[in-house]
Amino acid sequence: MTKQAGPRTGPGPARTRRRSRPLTRNRSPYPYWLYLPAGAVFLLIFLVPTGLAFYFSLTRWTLFDSTFVGLENFRDFLAEQNLRVGFQNTLVYAVLTSGLKVVLGLGLGVLLTGRLRLRGFLRAVVFFPVLVSTVAVGITFSALLRPDTGLVNRALAVVGISGPDWLGDATTALLSVGLVDVWAGVGLATVIYIAGILSIPQDYYQAVAVDGGTAWHRFRHVTLPLSWPATYSVIILSLIGGLRSFEFVWTMTRGGPGFSSDVIASIIYKQYQAGFFGLSTAGNVLLFLIVTALVLPLNHFLGRRQVT
Amino acid sequence: MKTPPPALRTVVAVLATAALTACGASGDEQAGEQAGGSVTLSFLTGSDQSTVDTSKALADAFMKANPNIKIEIENQPGGSEGDNIIKTRLSTGEMSDVFWYNSGSLLQALNPAQTMVDLTGDPVLANVQPDYLPVVSQDGKAFGVPATTLAGGGILYNRKVYERLGLQVPKTWDEFMANNEKIKAANITPVVSTFKDTWTSQLFVLSDFYNVRAATPNFAADYTAGKAKFATTPAAIGGFQHLADVHAKGYMNKGFGSAVLDQGLKMLIEGTGAHYPMLTTLLPAQLENYPQTATDVGFFGLPGTDAAKHGATVWEPAALYIAKTTEHLDAAKKFLAFVASPAGTDAVTAAVRPSGPYRVKGSKLPEDALQVAKDLQVYIDQSATSPALEFLSPIKGPSLEQITVAVGSGLTPPAEGAAQYDKDVEKQAKQLGLAGW
Repeated sequence: MTKQAGPRTGPGPARTRRRSRPLTRNRSPYPYWLYLPAGAVFLLIFLVPTGLAFYFSLTRWTLFDSTFVGLENFRDFLAEQNLRVGFQNTLVYAVLTSGLKVVLGLGLGVLLTGRLRLRGFLRAVVFFPVLVSTVAVGITFSALLRPDTGLVNRALAVVGISGPDWLGDATTALLSVGLVDVWAGVGLATVIYIAGILSIPQDYYQAVAVDGGTAWHRFRHVTLPLSWPATYSVIILSLIGGLRSFEFVWTMTRGGPGFSSDVIASIIYKQYQAGFFGLSTAGNVLLFLIVTALVLPLNHFLGRRQVT
Repeated sequence: MKTPPPALRTVVAVLATAALTACGASGDEQAGEQAGGSVTLSFLTGSDQSTVDTSKALADAFMKANPNIKIEIENQPGGSEGDNIIKTRLSTGEMSDVFWYNSGSLLQALNPAQTMVDLTGDPVLANVQPDYLPVVSQDGKAFGVPATTLAGGGILYNRKVYERLGLQVPKTWDEFMANNEKIKAANITPVVSTFKDTWTSQLFVLSDFYNVRAATPNFAADYTAGKAKFATTPAAIGGFQHLADVHAKGYMNKGFGSAVLDQGLKMLIEGTGAHYPMLTTLLPAQLENYPQTATDVGFFGLPGTDAAKHGATVWEPAALYIAKTTEHLDAAKKFLAFVASPAGTDAVTAAVRPSGPYRVKGSKLPEDALQVAKDLQVYIDQSATSPALEFLSPIKGPSLEQITVAVGSGLTPPAEGAAQYDKDVEKQAKQLGLAGW
């Protein structure tokens, strides 16, 4: 009868057994033609438009007709006056938002895997913004951030601070948009971290406990290094998200005031709005190449760290 | 652990794909309801209040006079979003029978010769003032009829504030700035600015065109040919300079960077702001909430350097066009002929009090027209008006509104703003494939 206590405390061995299973079937059990339907859909709604985009980026395209102009669109797009500001803003935005998401996500992840009352409720609260449409978040925050009537400045006024015109001032516009992005996106990062932290085997924590380690040691030497796969996912996801960020910028500032919060995607969108369809397609092709050029090495680098 | 026969799952997947692709083919069955000799015309129009009211008034009056023709109104967003919807629908042949769209440079981008019904010499145009036709024409062919009234673009001002402070309508920029100083001293915002709605920031530059033309009469033609530039034409920099001056003197409202059009109009009408560089067309929609708009808000052209040459820049009315894909050409023409007739403009007047004169022969301003319409009429009677540049040239750079926000917020010096706009214009001209660029 005493032996029955064994299986109850030992989820560890069970987990390792489950993990070893995929190794036995690294060859797909399905015949290749099973991939055909999915392949056809992929071809039709992804590869064909992508190919067409590469073609139309070489034309002057009015939707009614298109004339082949070679690489002129790329030259014009690169000569775009505010492209430098746009690039700078995009990089600042991507690094800022993904950095904050990593730090806050990790913090919240640790907090929400701890023994907390209302843990489930708090997890839901943190995740909730992810469920709201980004456009709705943008519109809501542009109301909240209004200089005189917005809730944020009213709240600040209560403590005696007169808040700036968050979205209407060139110095704060991009930062404000970035912070809203973090608010809306940190829930996803947190969930990834929660999953990452929960998958760390308890043995390590027990080992730290045996060695007499404190909470800080548990965090510094177990949680932090072993949640690396989660960090890696969060960085990649939010960096790519940051590089192609658009909805928040567009709903809150439209790249303004002037060009001070323009990012690459909003510059491209404005070309499209102006009816320069070929030119904006060229911008998209460039964005695609840039994101690939940034993310592939990063993916490689972070992936290697994951293995070690 | 193998789930049902793989073949079965493939069949399901293939069927699902087939169903997906089949969906695309079954959308073209709407032309079949012409029973009883009655015709239904589809009419795509804008979604701002005065456009909606005008369209509805026209459609209702027309249906009353022609019981066998029914008009169904569709609304679409304004601005560049709306432009793209129109372009997409025209290029895919999904356009409504009749649609409302801008006249002037924006029309050129729609490729009217390919997409619209040519009305040149058609009796439809019989009542249209000949001066209007160039702004709805391409290569000498006319495509549209004026759907609304002429608009003045310049300074809308609160007449109560002027009365209270004993101010005169300024004829030069210096007088205007002197007025602003007095208004500021009275604790009223001198110049309302609403840069969140970026397009509203352009008025200082666009409505300065009367003054540009007074100083350099050939500017429009030279500019279209790529010979005249904003940055190198002193008169043309003026508009950018005005924006910078107003900002430098602190004449703008607090929070101008995130204020929107409606807030601006409210400030102007209630008298918490004295001047608002804007178009007169936006006022009729305010009458419902603020009846005093009709009498308290006046209009003057953007002041220039010379009081003797004072005048106003005007915006030609938007037009109704017939899509080439229409299946009810006769009914559509009948509707357009009605729109461009005194009966049509009377119907509009009954629903929307005009903010400017009509472009239809025999149509008169009613006695109770808005004050701004009367002010505008004075300029027209003195022949002291010029159409805005976008009606004389097909080129209007798409980034002007961002540049004017940057100049008006003190982020970019005016000369640099003008130079940026020249580059923006160059890009537009290249994309239009114009000669000489």
